[in-house]
Amino acid sequence: MQRRRIQRAAAVGLAAALATFAAACSSSGGSGSSGSGSSSSALSGTLNASGSTFQLPFQQAAIQAFKSVQPNMTVNYGGGGSGKGRSDLASGVVQFAGSDSPIPSDETANFKGKKVLYFPVFLGPITMSYNLSGVSNLKLTPAVIADIFQGKITKWNDPAIKSINSGAKLPSTPITLAVRSDSSGTTANFSLFLQTAAKNWKLGTSSTINWPKSAHAGNGNGGVAQVIKSTPGAIGYVDYADAKASGLTYASVQNSSGQFVAPSPTAASAAGSTVTLKPDLTFAAVWQSSPSAYPITYQSWDLVYQKQSSANTTKMLKAYIGYLLGDGQKLLTTLGYAPLPSNILSKAKAQLSQIGS
Amino acid sequence: MSAATQADQAAPGAIPAGGLIGRRGLADRSFQWLALAAGLLVLVILVLIAASTTQQAASWFSAEGWGIFGTVWDPAANKFGATPFIYGTAITGIIALVMAVPVSVAIALLLTEVVPFRLARPIVYVVDLLAVVPSVVWGLWGILVFAPWIQHIYASIGSAVNGIPVLGSLFGPPTSGASFFTAGIILAFMITPIVTSLSREVIATVPAVDREGAYALGATRWEMIRGVVWPHSQGGVVGAVLLGLGRAMGETIAAALVIGSSPSITSHLFATGYNMPAVIANQFGESTGVFKAGLMGLGVLLFAFTIIVNVLARGAVERSARRKRGA
Repeated sequence: MQRRRIQRAAAVGLAAALATFAAACSSSGGSGSSGSGSSSSALSGTLNASGSTFQLPFQQAAIQAFKSVQPNMTVNYGGGGSGKGRSDLASGVVQFAGSDSPIPSDETANFKGKKVLYFPVFLGPITMSYNLSGVSNLKLTPAVIADIFQGKITKWNDPAIKSINSGAKLPSTPITLAVRSDSSGTTANFSLFLQTAAKNWKLGTSSTINWPKSAHAGNGNGGVAQVIKSTPGAIGYVDYADAKASGLTYASVQNSSGQFVAPSPTAASAAGSTVTLKPDLTFAAVWQSSPSAYPITYQSWDLVYQKQSSANTTKMLKAYIGYLLGDGQKLLTTLGYAPLPSNILSKAKAQLSQIGS
Repeated sequence: MSAATQADQAAPGAIPAGGLIGRRGLADRSFQWLALAAGLLVLVILVLIAASTTQQAASWFSAEGWGIFGTVWDPAANKFGATPFIYGTAITGIIALVMAVPVSVAIALLLTEVVPFRLARPIVYVVDLLAVVPSVVWGLWGILVFAPWIQHIYASIGSAVNGIPVLGSLFGPPTSGASFFTAGIILAFMITPIVTSLSREVIATVPAVDREGAYALGATRWEMIRGVVWPHSQGGVVGAVLLGLGRAMGETIAAALVIGSSPSITSHLFATGYNMPAVIANQFGESTGVFKAGLMGLGVLLFAFTIIVNVLARGAVERSARRKRGA
């Protein structure tokens, strides 16, 4: 009797596990439905996308606004992270993927030689947000940021911070690092900035960094913002939109021409104007030379296969991504992102014609 | 009407005995096949999960070799050692068991031996309600409410034991509210219902004759529990505890939110740590190449550990059942 009960309990557990497994299978198998768009002006059907959570608020706003352009078209953008977006695109689950980094070399094999087009969609600053009452105009250099995030500078009144903030009343509060618990494009681009700009940076660049053990980890940009808000003496890297939404204070960071620049959409767009654009439209917006550029600026792309099996999907992709590069750019500033400079925008628009060809 | 009545009356006799058995035989056989197929399906799915995840993790095993049991997990440096996560899984599991098992067994004894059936019902409902709370709710409550609150307790314990040899290194100064210990406490809440209900069912199978026999010999209630209930249900309770451990090991979202997300091997229970399911959930989204394979590999290891724990649980239950049959 007792044995049978336990067997039954075990069976129930197993069934639950299987149900979860089945649900996971079915949810990842999104439908690449292609409705029958009869004319080129009115399209109908569904576009599925996933990837970068950095893009998520923008995509949500753009999908909403796009309804007035193409009322019969449905666009779904699930987050999940750039890595998930790229693997979903590779396995054909989605029609386009949001990614904050170009496809890394160890992933190219997943795309089986099929050409992937990069459409840059916007730029955004990563803020150095902090919680220090009485200090409002903190200035930081890349070298000091590197030492703070490597655990070498542990107090706010460290001479290295004092020397670039003459006049500020820096307390002896210990510094608490606020970092991401999840792997993230924000972490990848923040560490890329340190790798590029600070010679003393030793922790490398990746979507996950082995931070000092004393760091407090939060999930997502919102989670890091929450840690900073609730911990006096905390400093962390948070994207501009979330930092603004949480009402955080952020530092001005020295750029490569020696100027201290505060994060803003304008300063991020300035960084975009001097990037070295590769033929495939990939670039890195961190550490740009323009005097008004904010140095920790990053970017996001939408990735699309050049070859499309259905003519309707091609039309829908052109319409939606064309919208993101056109009227969609007007939505960016209020959301805390920076529009692309016109030279990148025009190249991205020109590339639209390659989809489906 | 009369014809129908006649037919009804005639029916039992009209069907030849052989035909009846034949039909029942067919039904029996098809049911047997159906049940067998269902059982095999489960097995096949399990084998397929194991095979496909192992295959996805292959590049981790080949790139790291025995390095998979290394102590450093640093994707930026291409080092993927699983030991900090295995350690974290073990530590949080042990903390959860140390806290949940005495409470669960005590509740089970309370329900079966102390309170009358009428009162036991509502208590069972309340304990089972704990199992209904979704794990993400446990996690969010843990990180937003429980961790900030318990951080002060950690801090005062930390300063009290500062300098004392063993206690100092176990309960040293905390780094934040999110830690091995917080994760262990949350997991303890989460496994209490399953351990309680399984223990209760095991204890309820102790024959009434045995209990009454003990009372007849003049045993007190405590002596009866120690002398009759415990020896009878020991194996089953151990099985229940191991099933609870299996649950604690695999618990993902709650642990991911409260464990602190820092791969470390330390004796400090109040330090931030990491466990296997949490790192998979946190880092999978932006992982590539060997990094992704490593996370898959952690899944394979976790799968293997859970199977071992569950097999041990079954073994404990079966041994106790055999012993009872022998007695």
